[in-house]
Amino acid sequence: MNELQFLTWVRGPGLDIAVGIFLLGVLWRLVEIYTLGRRKDLAAPRHAAGASGLHTVFRRSLSPPGMLKRAPVSYIGGYVFHIGLAIIVFLGTPHILLVTNLTGLSWPGLPSQFVDLAAVVTMATMVVMLVDRINKPAKRFLSTFEDWFTWAVTFLPVLTGWLAVQHLVLPYTQMLALHILSAEILLVVLPFTKLFHVFTLFGSRWYNGSANARKGVPV
Amino acid sequence: MQGPLIDTLARQGVTRRTFLKYCATLASMMALPPSAGRAMAEAMAAARRPSVIWLPFQECTGCTESITRSHSPTLEGMIFDMVSLDYQETLMAAAGHQAEEARQNAMKDNAGKYLLIVDGSIPLGVDGAYSCIGGRSNVDLLKEAAAGAAAVIAVGSCASYGGIPKANPNPTGAVSVSDIVKDKPIVNIPGCPPIPVVMTGVLAHYLTFGSLPELDDKRRPKAFFSETIHDRCYRRPFYDQGKFAKTFDDEGARQGWCLFELGCKGPVTHNACATVKWNGGTSWPVESGHGCLGCSEPDFWDAGGFYKALSVPADPLKIAAVAAVAGAGAGVAVSFANRAKKGAARKAHEPITLADLEK
Repeated sequence: MNELQFLTWVRGPGLDIAVGIFLLGVLWRLVEIYTLGRRKDLAAPRHAAGASGLHTVFRRSLSPPGMLKRAPVSYIGGYVFHIGLAIIVFLGTPHILLVTNLTGLSWPGLPSQFVDLAAVVTMATMVVMLVDRINKPAKRFLSTFEDWFTWAVTFLPVLTGWLAVQHLVLPYTQMLALHILSAEILLVVLPFTKLFHVFTLFGSRWYNGSANARKGVPV
Repeated sequence: MQGPLIDTLARQGVTRRTFLKYCATLASMMALPPSAGRAMAEAMAAARRPSVIWLPFQECTGCTESITRSHSPTLEGMIFDMVSLDYQETLMAAAGHQAEEARQNAMKDNAGKYLLIVDGSIPLGVDGAYSCIGGRSNVDLLKEAAAGAAAVIAVGSCASYGGIPKANPNPTGAVSVSDIVKDKPIVNIPGCPPIPVVMTGVLAHYLTFGSLPELDDKRRPKAFFSETIHDRCYRRPFYDQGKFAKTFDDEGARQGWCLFELGCKGPVTHNACATVKWNGGTSWPVESGHGCLGCSEPDFWDAGGFYKALSVPADPLKIAAVAAVAGAGAGVAVSFANRAKKGAARKAHEPITLADLEK
């Protein structure tokens, strides 16, 4: 298999398989989670200011008092690399073209230099966060294989995409194929790891917020 | 037309100055040092015409058309005349047994010294019966001719990689020259058709230095194939700015914006079209408003469609809808199982243990 055949495979059957597993996993887990149900709470609901599902969705996006100072890397780094990923994935022109081709939806993208900058900042931040995870004993103790693994599968598409655009390490064709392959690995892994928070983040915050609000506790 | 090349050129009215200019241009185009131009001129002027045997296999003659027509009557065309082209079915006057004899004589007289040029792929299906010349299969002819050749030059994508005959489902079992010939130096000059000056450049290099030019991992001359179309494209700034033609007749197309979204394969295609251009530097595909097809890359015919951008799926997704339904079905099934388990636990008054919460 030469590199153009490899590229055609990842653009064709590879993508088909990856999107298939992704959709299967996402729908499976979402249906399972949302049909779990809870026994009816017979107690009379309480009310407290600032206690609701919606409040929690927003409140959990901010750092609790004092935490920003104690764990600046986690909070600032977390924000930076998530926003960076969003810029790359949703505002990079070739990525928009992929979504347009699959769904028909289309929106304007950003100039490639800007997306390039976002990729560099994202990668730097992710590396800093990885070092922080290794250096802080508590974080390291709490880390499991899944944490290292999901970091790697998230980092690789950004790295290979940037290397492809910059023509580094490998010829563009090979690097582009590796980039698409790494993104497909991410798609396959996403529904079955903690990366599923892409879909469950706000739902679980809402659930916790509203369950506690019923008890009169803003969380 | 025997004797040193410079005499032949002089007879055709080519001045020494023109000849030197041509050699300097060739040398610089192949990224050789300035002194190489002079060396090239001296060597080529004194060169006796090397014997060249050109074997056409499963091909469309587009390669020959490209080389003979597009540059005639420029100097490249003349240089091409200066090799002793002892066998070329399209161009030679002889036919039938006479032609075959010419080939046999050239092979015998110049054994171990002649250049073998091949265009077209070689069919291996049905013992090579898909393409025969003079009653002999292509694979047979190639093996015979390659045995006594100094080097083999595979001209065009078919000879280099199999090309269109090898396109899925490859009914004739077509293969490239390098799939058959293993023990000779091979130069691949891919393209459908290849750029004429690339071929004359390789010949000039061989005449001057007695060796083949520096090749990359696909045996292509590095001087012409080391960069992609996209990297040297004059429309590249529009790609970087995110300005794309969406159709072939929209405002973007009129403004000459990037053709990436219309399926241009420039980013993955190694060739010199963007710099050398075609028809004596007149224009080239992207300049004429059409994206690059990637014709000089292996298996370009099966690379997911000419009008599909590189970042979009090569094929429509087939299993996605089925997978989505299966996923939802699995979710519902598991949910029923969970509920049954929960109901059974409640019925049996099973307590929740610490271990349960740790799960």
